[in-house]
Amino acid sequence: MQYSDILRFARDAATAYPLRTLLSVLAMAIGVASVVLLTALGDGARRYVVGQFSSLGSNLVIVLPGRSATGGVNPANGITTTPRDLTVDDAAALLRAPAVQRVAPLAVGTSEISAGGRVREVVAAGSTASFMAIRNFQLAQGRFLPEDDWRSSAPVAVIGMTIRNDIFGNQPAVGQLIRLGDRRVRVIGVLKSTGQGVGMNTDELVIVPVALAQALFNSNTLFRIMIQARGREQIGAAKVQATAIIKARHGGEEDVTVITQDAVLATFDKLLGALTAAVAGIAAISLLVAGVLVMNVMLVAVTQRKAEIGLMKALGARGSTIRQIFLTEAAMLSLVGAVTGYLLGQLGSLVLRQLFPVFPAYAPGWAVAAALMTALVTGLLFGILPARRAAQLDPVDALMRH
Amino acid sequence: MTLIALAAIERVFHLGETDVHALARIDLTIAAGEYVAVVGPSGSGKSTLLNLLGLLDQPTAGTYHLEGRDVTTLSPDEQAEVRSRRIGFVFQSFHLVPRLTAAENIALPMMLDGIPVAVREQRVRQALLDFGLDKRANHRPDELSGGQRQRVAIARATIMQPAMLLADEPTGNLDRATGEEVIHLLEALNAQGMTLIVVTHDATLAARAGRQIMMEDGRVKSDVSHAASTASTSA
Repeated sequence: MQYSDILRFARDAATAYPLRTLLSVLAMAIGVASVVLLTALGDGARRYVVGQFSSLGSNLVIVLPGRSATGGVNPANGITTTPRDLTVDDAAALLRAPAVQRVAPLAVGTSEISAGGRVREVVAAGSTASFMAIRNFQLAQGRFLPEDDWRSSAPVAVIGMTIRNDIFGNQPAVGQLIRLGDRRVRVIGVLKSTGQGVGMNTDELVIVPVALAQALFNSNTLFRIMIQARGREQIGAAKVQATAIIKARHGGEEDVTVITQDAVLATFDKLLGALTAAVAGIAAISLLVAGVLVMNVMLVAVTQRKAEIGLMKALGARGSTIRQIFLTEAAMLSLVGAVTGYLLGQLGSLVLRQLFPVFPAYAPGWAVAAALMTALVTGLLFGILPARRAAQLDPVDALMRH
Repeated sequence: MTLIALAAIERVFHLGETDVHALARIDLTIAAGEYVAVVGPSGSGKSTLLNLLGLLDQPTAGTYHLEGRDVTTLSPDEQAEVRSRRIGFVFQSFHLVPRLTAAENIALPMMLDGIPVAVREQRVRQALLDFGLDKRANHRPDELSGGQRQRVAIARATIMQPAMLLADEPTGNLDRATGEEVIHLLEALNAQGMTLIVVTHDATLAARAGRQIMMEDGRVKSDVSHAASTASTSA
């Protein structure tokens, strides 16, 4: 029998029983669609978190005061009770480490900002010029903090977009004087709006020179020291060197925690990757169920078409031909179901992305490929038994039953 | 020329503890071009004989030579090949594939044999004309009358130009007039040289054949040939 004939014969046989064909195609489609959709969700979550972390800056190493801090970014950690605080001198000392490219000290506190009769509470961050490069800030207007001596407390500020809009409205902000706590500072730049990020929302941030911030908060401690390593492969070295330098400066006591963004990121990446794989696995069970259903449908088909099978044998069909016909039909059901499910899953992901634009719900390629392959393989595997049964039918018995 | 030669054919069915001898030591020779009616009561073994002749069933013992070739020792695939090329079946209940049109049903044996589409179409077109079905080519079996269905079945049985036609109660599901029409069609094919073996209950139908084999209890009870058989006895 020619292959084109087998295909056409199987297709006609499948369409001759629309309900059972529809049901098994549907089962397969739901299986594949759920794999595609669930992995799109899982992988979307992973991408979202990874994207958020990347927006913190690249090759980042962060020094936190306190030994056992676990890397939380709660501003409450700013008021620290560790025996030895981080200081600007600690930060400056880190510049000596060969794996370190840039260092930015970071002092954080809340303050009040007022200008033109408007007052609001803000988070003020004291840092240096390097902060911009380390955190990948973009400026909307003006310029960032000057490359001054870290001890200089030049009365300048860079403000976030929300604050700019709240305080100045439509008026130009750069060059204006504002009151920050008990200081008068000049706005020299406005940060580009970034939306919500992990850590702090830069849209509502006021950045001033670190010395000014410390004077403002009446404290000489730092909230964090942000370090940019010279490259991705230097992150580990930067971490080791930074720890050693601070330890030496703190009388041999390792009273800081150094975390790398990569470590946090890798953890999240691994965690959410595992989650995606797990939901894919759960969804794959529905594929197995669909496979069993295809087998059931094909077994029913063999029983229903007993007379036809007997007839084909009488007309000279070989066992292998009959096996091929039924296997082709099972494969066809699975294929159509898989493709339908794939399209449904992609459609569902598209709808998700439309509803939640920040959430990149794209099914990973491996999941789509695995779902389609599993669908076809289960369809074929579960098609073997019915096909063999059909091929082994006794023609006399099959014809008599009619 | 001898078409069929059965020697000491036995067919035993095992039903629980008991063995049923459906066929007991049958020796039979049928020449090419013969018109044979096999008659006998239910359970006499006539259907089993037909199934054996059609290679749908295997004898328990004995040998079957078809066109001088021992077909009992062939592999299943080889037997399928013989069924495809040398044997045509006509059934009481027609056995048409319901989802296929008349033309597709007729083409089925050629499709199973892998004959190219162009050849198939040409031969189906001729068969539709020969059997007066040219207006019904694209009708499905449920849109055809009983007589038309059996004509489609006969066209299908003969499309591969087999050596013999095995008909099991070909008129059993037809009214008398239509049945007669079908018998005339089968007899016309026999007149063209095709060996025709008909299993029937119908004595008048059997009487039309050139040779009547009477079966009883798995044995040939009588085997009568008479020369001028086709003289119409008008059932």
